Amino acid sequence: MGKIINIQPLSRIEGHASIKIQLDDNGNVDKAVTHFNSIRGFEKYVQGKPAEEVTRIVTRICGICPWHHHLASTKAVDACFGADIAPAGHLLRECMQNMAHINDKILHFYFFAAPDFIMGPDADYSVRNVIGIAKAVPDLAKQVFRMRQLGQMMMEKFAGKVIHPVAAVPGGFAKPMSESQRQSLLNDTEKLLEFAEFTIKYAKENIFPEYLEEITSLGTINTGFIGTVDDQGSLNFYKGKIRLMKPDGSYTDFDDSRYLDYIGEHVADVSYGKYPYAKSWDEGFSMDLDMPRGIYRSNCLARINVCDNISTPIAGAELETFRKNFGRPAQHTLLYHFARLIELVYACEKTKELLCDKNIAGKKTRLDVTPKAGRGVGHVEAPRGTLIHDYTTDDKGMIVSANMIVGTTHNLAPISMSVEQSARLLIKDGFVDEGILNKVEMAVRAYDP
Amino acid sequence: MPVKIASEWLNSCSGCEIAILNLGETLLDLLPELTFVHIPVLMDHKYYGQLGDKDEINIPEAKVGLLSGGIRNEEHLEVASEMRKKCKVLIALGTCATHGGIPAMINSYSNEELFDRYYSTEGTDSGGQVPCNGVPKLLDRCYAVDEHIKVDIYLPGCPPHPDHIGAALFALLKDKNPEFPFRSVCDTCPAIRKGKGDVNEIKRFVTTPDFDPEEPLDKMQCLLEQGYLCSGPVTRAGCAGNNGDAPRCISARVPCRGCYGPVKQNGNQMLDMLNALVSNGIDISQLPERESLLRFSGAHNKLVCKKGSF
Repeated sequence: MGKIINIQPLSRIEGHASIKIQLDDNGNVDKAVTHFNSIRGFEKYVQGKPAEEVTRIVTRICGICPWHHHLASTKAVDACFGADIAPAGHLLRECMQNMAHINDKILHFYFFAAPDFIMGPDADYSVRNVIGIAKAVPDLAKQVFRMRQLGQMMMEKFAGKVIHPVAAVPGGFAKPMSESQRQSLLNDTEKLLEFAEFTIKYAKENIFPEYLEEITSLGTINTGFIGTVDDQGSLNFYKGKIRLMKPDGSYTDFDDSRYLDYIGEHVADVSYGKYPYAKSWDEGFSMDLDMPRGIYRSNCLARINVCDNISTPIAGAELETFRKNFGRPAQHTLLYHFARLIELVYACEKTKELLCDKNIAGKKTRLDVTPKAGRGVGHVEAPRGTLIHDYTTDDKGMIVSANMIVGTTHNLAPISMSVEQSARLLIKDGFVDEGILNKVEMAVRAYDP
Repeated sequence: MPVKIASEWLNSCSGCEIAILNLGETLLDLLPELTFVHIPVLMDHKYYGQLGDKDEINIPEAKVGLLSGGIRNEEHLEVASEMRKKCKVLIALGTCATHGGIPAMINSYSNEELFDRYYSTEGTDSGGQVPCNGVPKLLDRCYAVDEHIKVDIYLPGCPPHPDHIGAALFALLKDKNPEFPFRSVCDTCPAIRKGKGDVNEIKRFVTTPDFDPEEPLDKMQCLLEQGYLCSGPVTRAGCAGNNGDAPRCISARVPCRGCYGPVKQNGNQMLDMLNALVSNGIDISQLPERESLLRFSGAHNKLVCKKGSF
């Protein structure tokens, strides 16, 4: 056997993972294994806790997307308690859900992904990062920092906490939005929308054309997709049916409460994280690159593949052009970056639409709820994919059992496959350099895990 | 010469790192004075060499080390020890690092109980073994950082307010020790307190407290006095930052749950809270459960593994 390459820690991602590449005697890839190294056990320790408290515990699953855990969890508790929701409470939750997507996408594109493109995949690691961008393109960096901060502070000023939020409660939202807050948030959303349009234009002119070869080869695998659509089949981050699409583009829609009929979870000895797969396809689970079985992907590329359309005008037009160029479903892994920017525009447009509805500033945002026994499944589209919280409560409204399928978890098997694909593509006859190893990581980064 | 900084995350969620980024343009302004030598969330410095061909972990030397997350597995322990060795001043950043944080809630259970639950949920295929191939082995429980290595500066918060992260960095740039408030959340809360009321039972937060949304917080009566559990009295102040703002959860009209950990580093939020309730004549037997009072500070043997509930 040849040498072992140990890429650790994977960087410019959220979380703990590593890649081990085993070369054979000729210096070609024998195996490339991705390890997901974290297990915390939220499913265990929310047991016995009051369900309404759990909505502000599970936020700590992820500090980048705490809003989405907060909201999926709150929806699950609503369902356990059979709660009615104040209409303005629903609107406020949906607005926060979309605003959190805006900030997340700015963070991922500019802070995590862009260094590979703006500084170049082969640039030295000491400058291949957002600090390098700040020195190389200071005006752009200033604008990026300012816009990301604007998005974060909009949420913090209104909802108290932007990281690990507390404002969604069973029955609605803990505080109303005043008319002046609505106006101010709307003004700021216009700025974010303008920045989103700038960003997608910038990427289409300066990034995607230059890296077409990587985009159409690096990490490419052939899989199904998962996402949420509304009654019209349009992209929706907050509510709707879950759509599971096969690699050939055919699909099934189902209610989130039936997720166990469609999704199974495979346990692998190399990863603490489980690998969800499409149980309903009845083909089992396999990560074989030539003959994958049960493999589907989540996150932005998945969502824009499964939806029939995007209801907002600018993002809707972008999707049409994207489909003309790359088809449906688009399979190239690096297209996640393109899809993410389409979603950035959508999130801004959707937030604006919600803030234009004066009902969002309704005075009654919360209805009282009564803890009781029940089972509730809540889901939203987190930036990294379909996020499912499933709780059962006892007659005091305490959690008896909990299951969660987190956005990135859907992508653990696909990430492992993209890593293997890119390692085999790039490492030949023993030649390895830093740029090659970074490109293997770029296949991971596309998924924004 | 710019000051070298190394940053690592252990058993954590990345919220602390996002709080660093929430310094916004302040961070951008600080950049000329700082050199990040290792920070996985933003840059690609690797433990085992950039070609992944070295046998031993290596993090470059730095003046300041930021360490978020508790210590839960053998890799965390190795990384924390390397950070201690290479950093002159080590900051435990965030409540997971200072007190275990939410992930230390697992300390009420054994690793076997955790695995039994996680790998046998309703949708999980049966027959899989507990992962052991190339993943770091779990320690027996979740530790705060100072249970394994020496910590120089404690900066709790879930997450810490960017004002305090900024203040710590500014102070260390000038070779000074940063100072943080040792008060309770109540000391920074504008809600009206009328003194001992007629509350004798604690309500769960499933109903709406009494407040006028058109009025500022200083017109709302204290949520604890309204009968809602609020950990403000037993929780370190800081979430409001340095500009005289209100505690962040209270400003959402939601009670505090203690995310900055105990007022004193070695305090016990559960015992202190139960004491506070009893001394106000409240019947604590009516609480739905008590372990949650330690949800942010279960390390240091505060939450321990047992069968059955407290």
